[in-house]
Amino acid sequence: MRRGFAPWTDPSVRPLVRFEAVTKRFGGVVAVDRLDLDIYEGEFFALLGPSGCGKTTLLRMLAGFERPDEGCVRLGGDDIARVPPYRRPVNMMFQSYALFPHLTVAGNVAFGLKQDRVPRREIEARVAEMLALVKLDGMAGRKPHQLSGGQRQRVALARSLAKRPKVLLLDEPLAALDKKLREETQFELMDLQKRLGTTFVIVTHDQEEAMTVAHRIAVMDRGRLAQVATPQQLYEEPASRWVAGFIGDVNLLEGAVVAVDAQGVAIGGAGGRRYRVAAAACPVRPGQQVAVALRPEKLRLAAEKPEGVGENCVAGRVGDIAYLGDVSLYKIRLDDGAVVTASRANASRLTDRAIAWDDQVWLTWTPDAGILLTG
Amino acid sequence: MDARNAMSAGWGARLVLWAPYLWLVAFFLVPFLIVIKISLSQAAIALPPYVPTLDLAAGWSGLKTFVAGIGLDSYRTLISDDIYALSYLKSLEVATVSTAILLVIGYPIAYGMARAPRRLQAVLVMLVILPFWTSFLIRVYAWINILQTDGLLNRVLADLGIIHAPVAWLSSDTAIYIGVVYSYLPFMVLPLYATLEKMDETLLEAAADLGAPRWKAFWQVTVPLSLPGIGAGALLCFIPITGEFVIPDLLGGSETLMIGQTLWTEFFANKDWPVASAIAVVLLLLLVVPIAVYQNLQMRSVEGGS
Repeated sequence: MRRGFAPWTDPSVRPLVRFEAVTKRFGGVVAVDRLDLDIYEGEFFALLGPSGCGKTTLLRMLAGFERPDEGCVRLGGDDIARVPPYRRPVNMMFQSYALFPHLTVAGNVAFGLKQDRVPRREIEARVAEMLALVKLDGMAGRKPHQLSGGQRQRVALARSLAKRPKVLLLDEPLAALDKKLREETQFELMDLQKRLGTTFVIVTHDQEEAMTVAHRIAVMDRGRLAQVATPQQLYEEPASRWVAGFIGDVNLLEGAVVAVDAQGVAIGGAGGRRYRVAAAACPVRPGQQVAVALRPEKLRLAAEKPEGVGENCVAGRVGDIAYLGDVSLYKIRLDDGAVVTASRANASRLTDRAIAWDDQVWLTWTPDAGILLTG
Repeated sequence: MDARNAMSAGWGARLVLWAPYLWLVAFFLVPFLIVIKISLSQAAIALPPYVPTLDLAAGWSGLKTFVAGIGLDSYRTLISDDIYALSYLKSLEVATVSTAILLVIGYPIAYGMARAPRRLQAVLVMLVILPFWTSFLIRVYAWINILQTDGLLNRVLADLGIIHAPVAWLSSDTAIYIGVVYSYLPFMVLPLYATLEKMDETLLEAAADLGAPRWKAFWQVTVPLSLPGIGAGALLCFIPITGEFVIPDLLGGSETLMIGQTLWTEFFANKDWPVASAIAVVLLLLLVVPIAVYQNLQMRSVEGGS
């Protein structure tokens, strides 16, 4: 990520794409529900959510394939709701790639330029440039069915970039690739976006993919935005239990606010356990029901009861251990039956496992490790 | 044991491969060779009405007498009189024009069917096939009824005030075209529908996204991708229309000079089997060209992987 690139924090910058109270219904189903969203020029923006959350509908409204029922979609300040797809300075890379089977690779890449009656020489130059950009030089004469899945994906990318769109829309662009190729391609996409400076909007259901490529991520749930933030903010400062659970693994310890003081917020949980959170993102009052969200890697696991720790210390028994190679996951069953997951990096190759099944263990964490969630 | 299994599997596979060829040899190649043989004979008042006949029982000498008796006289007859060339040309003209009309009418129908909601499509296909439930002959006779001077068409046109005196539709090229286009429409619509229905609709979205309005996307994406269907439909119509006999005979009247009529006249009226056979052989050679074109198209579409 470019250091210091954060136009969304600067109120003087006008967004390139703006959704204003957009609603879209299909029959009786509300796909997008009074949604507001700003996307800035040069951003790599991800729309993330479970299937059916409305992310693809949002993208298709930007491409012009769907028209909002209410609200408006602006591009560079202009309402584009009534502009047909073929007149929008926006191009899309389709999930199925949608390559024209009767045209060669070069014919596919040139298709959009031909519609604009670009002179032939210029088309040839641009096609060569695009194919070089996606490392497909020498493939110009092939037909799509003669290419591998990865090559087809690159042709689709080259075709959608050939007209130099103001916004490139990517609909699950890597879903059809195998894991290894997908990871490589994610980095290539980031590199390409940085070099071209084009605004990219990607739709994905894969949170790792969104976290890898995007400057900012909009997490969607049932047609609404659950949170719009940078990957780090999403992980470390989720806005709700739902977002905390959707992005990565999380342990939620329920409780009620006991006191709010200079050291933060004290919370009383089940079994007389006491938690402390250094700061709350939103004001809370004593007695309010809240949850403390804890990421597994932020928990410390000890076989002996730590000395002099009253708060943020819970006892339990090891229920399960999953060895994943780089880390091991420990499922700890607390006294009241709740299960908390803690992870430990396997930093050393040769360790006797100090902690084994059914061991009595203690989990501790610092006050700034927990996140106070009210929503 | 294993070897024997492999052997029998081999025989089974070979039988499956050869079955269609055996069929073609028995019911197409052998009859066609007989037709060629007759076309090389001379007409005669005899039974069968031509000489020489091949007497296989006489062995080698029989074959020698036969070869000495045959000649290309029938083919010379075909060249000597314009009527044959004119018949071929008329047939090709009717076939070409009808195929063009069928394409213009059939394409929108097939396109509409392919874009209709899924559950409606089966019904629409049924509606296209429905006329086959009634005998072809009866349907053509029905057209005589519709097209005759006091028929349905003239009455409707008169009631609408479009014509003031009845039009003589029957015994005209118009009647032949109406009959041919009506009868062959399913053969054009079904292959077109089959290709259009397979087409991925996101391709049209991609074309729109890349700046092509609907009509441009239609010409640059839909039409090229439906070429195999256009080829199949056009040939399924063109080839049988060229040899069509019933429709021109019933609707076109006695003046019509299509090759089917000429062949019929030679065979039944003139009892000249050799010339009739020669007409059939030349017709087949004429049609081999479009069939070869079609085969080539098919091969290309198979190689194209679409």
